Amino acid sequence: MREIDVTRVEETVYALFTSACCEIGDDVLRLLEARYEDEESPFGKEVLRQLMENDRLAAQRHMPICQDTGMAVIFMDVGQDVHFTGGDVNEAIERGVRRAYRDGCFRASVLTPLTRVNTKDNTPAIVHMRLVPGEQVTLTAAPKGFGSENMSRLWMLTPAQGIEGVKDCIVETVRLAGGNPCPPVVVGVGIGGTAERAMLMAKHSLTRNCGEPSSDPMLAQMEAELLSRINDLGIGPQGLGGRTTALAVHIEQMPTHIAGLPVAVNMQCHAARHKTATI
Amino acid sequence: MAKLIHAPLIPGEVAQLRAGDRVLLSGTIYTGRDAAHKRLCALVARGEPLPFNVANQVIYYAGPCPAKPGDAIGSCGPTTSYRMDAYAPTLCGLGLIGMIGKGQRSEAVVQAIRRCGGVYFAATGGAGALIATCVRSARVIAFDDLGTEAIRELQVENLPLIVAIDAHGGNLYEEGPARYRRDTAHERP
Repeated sequence: MREIDVTRVEETVYALFTSACCEIGDDVLRLLEARYEDEESPFGKEVLRQLMENDRLAAQRHMPICQDTGMAVIFMDVGQDVHFTGGDVNEAIERGVRRAYRDGCFRASVLTPLTRVNTKDNTPAIVHMRLVPGEQVTLTAAPKGFGSENMSRLWMLTPAQGIEGVKDCIVETVRLAGGNPCPPVVVGVGIGGTAERAMLMAKHSLTRNCGEPSSDPMLAQMEAELLSRINDLGIGPQGLGGRTTALAVHIEQMPTHIAGLPVAVNMQCHAARHKTATI
Repeated sequence: MAKLIHAPLIPGEVAQLRAGDRVLLSGTIYTGRDAAHKRLCALVARGEPLPFNVANQVIYYAGPCPAKPGDAIGSCGPTTSYRMDAYAPTLCGLGLIGMIGKGQRSEAVVQAIRRCGGVYFAATGGAGALIATCVRSARVIAFDDLGTEAIRELQVENLPLIVAIDAHGGNLYEEGPARYRRDTAHERP
């Protein structure tokens, strides 16, 4: 058994969000650069140029890439041989988020849904904790903006609709979203499980390095085919027309029920922010 | 070549704008997003005065990050416009002439833009740090309790925009994608 003081969790959460909101990963920058070269639309090219300039400026000046610094989504894999000491680990996570958003001058975007009263410190975080073997804790911080989150969809297909039905509803989700989710997007997909598990897989797939294919050859092939179909929609950067509607499609799957075929599509804008650390 | 325009806008100049024009906007504009629009329209419904006269003005759909010490404003890109579609025609009816946001608008807003001789500009979503460099000053003029959603008066200089919807039926969100669409996308019926 290994003891970990919860202040280490707090400091890690703090450091991950501080970095994630301001520094886009090389994975995204490389894809933007490649798509800029290939983009045929003059508006599309201009938008991609602005995005690259923006992302470099944000890192340089340490200011948020986008004013929507999102809800603080955290994936946390906790080794089953870890014993947290020094207080409530859940509270430590909230403290890390609260401090990162305050110190970083990030936007407080979180409020109670019906009364619309802002919590003023961007908490609560959205934490997905999972027990895994071992005695380490791995944290991924993925601030999630809502321009893209709002364009997400859950499809409960029938088994008869099959693989082609799955592909069609993914493309249709992107088509319906149009320019709203800040294309070029990353399309996160979860297939199978239950309704809520499908969406969680879709969200988790977005923490993969942008454009890295699935380790499952069948899914990797599907990702490539869907990326091509989505970019044929013509929506383009910011929806103004062009060849670059998506930077990548990421798919995860798991077994589902004999009666079902859940497909969740979690849309992610080009500010596909995610940072990981292991304690 | 971008057109240089100044806010508040001049109706005769707005009438010259066409979807697809690149614009560099300078002058005074006002931020407003979901909560501020709800309050503005509630004031209109009660027949009460608005915190600023919207005639010939431009509203920017944005909720900025807090400014770092020494900066005029934090990151300040556009938010998605369709959420303001329920309110925009009311404000256009009061003389609002320009809106800045991102993403397509409802048919009701397209018609309102046509009726009021207005314009809808697209700013680049997710370019919040870059756009902040065009903001010279910012001050809250209404609804301070709304935090980032308060109405701010911004002085901007050469804010890069694209005319997305004009008053003459031009709509870049329809024309642009139609130009680049390939049939292989196989859309569902």
